[in-house]
Amino acid sequence: MKQVQAEENKRWGARLKIFLGYAPGVGKSYRMLDEARRRHERGEDVVVGAVQGQQSEDVKALLQKLESIPSQSEEHAALDLDAVLRRAPQVCVIDPLGAENPATSRNPHRWQDVQELLRSGISVLTSVNLLHVEEYREKVQAITGKHTTETIPKSFLLAADDIVIVDVPADLCLARSGEKLTSIGISNAQERKLSELRELALLLTAEVVDAQLETYVHAHGIQPVFGTHERFLVCITPESNAKAMIQSGIRNKERFQGELYVVYIHRHGLSCEESARIETYLQAARNAGATTEILQSDDPVSAIGEFATQKRITQIFIGHGSHDNWRDRLFGDPVLRLIRASDGIDVRVFPQ
Amino acid sequence: MSESEETQRRKLKVYLGYAAGVGKTFQMLSDAQAARQRGLDVVIAYFEPHARPDTIAQAEGLEMLPPRQIDYRNRVFKEMDTDATLRRKPDIALVDELAHTNVPGSERSKRWEDVQVLLEAGIEVWTTMNVQHLESLYDQIWQVTGIQVRETVPDWVVRRAAEIVAVDVTPDALLNRLKRGAIYKPEVIEKALSGFFKTSNLGALREMTLRQAAHEVDLRQTAYDETSDAGLSTAAPQEVPGDASKERILIVVTADPSTAMLIRRGRRVADYLHADCIALFVHRTPNVTELPAEERHTLEKHLRFARSLQMETRVVSGVDIAKTVVEFARSHQVTQVFVAPSRGGLRDRLLDRNFVENIVRLAEDLQVTVVADRSRRSASS
Repeated sequence: MKQVQAEENKRWGARLKIFLGYAPGVGKSYRMLDEARRRHERGEDVVVGAVQGQQSEDVKALLQKLESIPSQSEEHAALDLDAVLRRAPQVCVIDPLGAENPATSRNPHRWQDVQELLRSGISVLTSVNLLHVEEYREKVQAITGKHTTETIPKSFLLAADDIVIVDVPADLCLARSGEKLTSIGISNAQERKLSELRELALLLTAEVVDAQLETYVHAHGIQPVFGTHERFLVCITPESNAKAMIQSGIRNKERFQGELYVVYIHRHGLSCEESARIETYLQAARNAGATTEILQSDDPVSAIGEFATQKRITQIFIGHGSHDNWRDRLFGDPVLRLIRASDGIDVRVFPQ
Repeated sequence: MSESEETQRRKLKVYLGYAAGVGKTFQMLSDAQAARQRGLDVVIAYFEPHARPDTIAQAEGLEMLPPRQIDYRNRVFKEMDTDATLRRKPDIALVDELAHTNVPGSERSKRWEDVQVLLEAGIEVWTTMNVQHLESLYDQIWQVTGIQVRETVPDWVVRRAAEIVAVDVTPDALLNRLKRGAIYKPEVIEKALSGFFKTSNLGALREMTLRQAAHEVDLRQTAYDETSDAGLSTAAPQEVPGDASKERILIVVTADPSTAMLIRRGRRVADYLHADCIALFVHRTPNVTELPAEERHTLEKHLRFARSLQMETRVVSGVDIAKTVVEFARSHQVTQVFVAPSRGGLRDRLLDRNFVENIVRLAEDLQVTVVADRSRRSASS
């Protein structure tokens, strides 16, 4: 569906650009309106559809240089969607995206208004506060202790043509907008909380950039890009010390903010007890956010290699095999074969 | 760090980007203007002379110290005048391009070394750099973009910075700036577009910048916890001394060229896992001095490199390399051994394969990481 919508917008040439920030006061509005000003000066037809209630002097100065569409009513800074559609500019600025629409609006959420603009061929520049992203609601609440009502689905961000993070150090954000921050549950001495939000916003942007990169690489038939991001592959067997390996995988995933895959190469003749144990391990891994898979192959080394290449893995975790059975002596130790075959991927061998 | 040291050594702030033209210097100058408004004494200690018009406009009203002129091979080079900056002693000195290598004949070979001098003298420094200049990312950058970066900054320099600011722009906007001639002179634009400024390169470097910035922010959260008196409820679990999960990484140094990438990779993993890191060289001769001069020279270079990345280095003697490494690891509470496959000739490879594989075989009670040679999968191939 995301694809379809993107295609549709492209036909009209409408593009969505998001300015993401981790808190109020990082400078999203200024950065966005400054871009609107530059575009206007270069001859694009730009209008401002919605503005923030409180404005800094810098922002006010920029707004004076741009055409604005007045909101529907005085007391509500609501977006007058129909007026924008009638005016039909090339580019419309919507600040912020996470605002509640009045009950009389035809769309409950402002991001749905934006979808309508895009479908009508109007490009949109809009600002998003991390606090308003649906999927981050719990995490943000855990940090700030405050509940947010207005939410934007993350898929909306992932489908944007462009995303830019507006980043400032936490202390500067505090200095600039101490008062605004109280409303989101952050007091003056809580740089730490802001810093946690900041980390989340940076990682969210990295995730969007990674998805865009993958789409680009696919569309242009370029070799996949390896190594921008750590991706761990833990390969378990009934003999391996799967618990320790998975724990280490989870720890690495968290520390590197990476991705974790846990695979089991299917083998015939497992006892019920062994099968159940494997399933318990895989379940534990899934609970910790890993993707799990059971690979079917007679040749574990090449199955792991293919899977690793396909998923752009950067580190493979395997257990020490038994080094002394006749099959290994004949065909080579699988651990050593995997090391030789893993081109460009680190291999970490775990004690059994 | 004692309190007096802490008050003496000043703050470093790094504006981190992913390419020329993303707006690092612009952002730094714009923040500097705001600082000046607040009454702070800010000077530009070094500014790239080929700056963009927008950037030059942003510098207006800020005091600029004249660069030092250095003659080298009948040409005049401009470098930061560190002594003049020390004499001027502002609150904040702006120093563009942290990764810059000074022209031969300068007092220090790297600009980041000059920056250390300013910091030690009690001057706060704001500076700019691109993510690809971070030492420990060298091999990953090579793998991802096919580019071998010549000028690097050791990770600890950035780690000691009080603040990292990510300067972000979309690759599309950056490419527009490039095509408009706002970044380079017209004659080099085409070359840039087909080389470094490929969309896939820019996307990858941008992602790495954002992740690096997130990591730097994460590291500094631990610092908040350590300095704040109030126990924060949201604080992440902290490392306890003697914690069983505390990792210790041992890097096996040889004369092979792959050792450099092994040291970089080990350093990076150790930093992310908050692990200790030791570099070990095992010589078969009873005494190091008996090694052939060339090999000894290479090894010294590798060990110096490890020390420059703030690793402890050890040299021990042992007839069987694999056995000596494993015994050392066991007696030093090492949890992970890092080894590299060889890049040398067939004979070397055969010998080294034995030694790497022997370690894997012998160290059944330890984790052994065989670090990949990332250059072989580089984007240029």
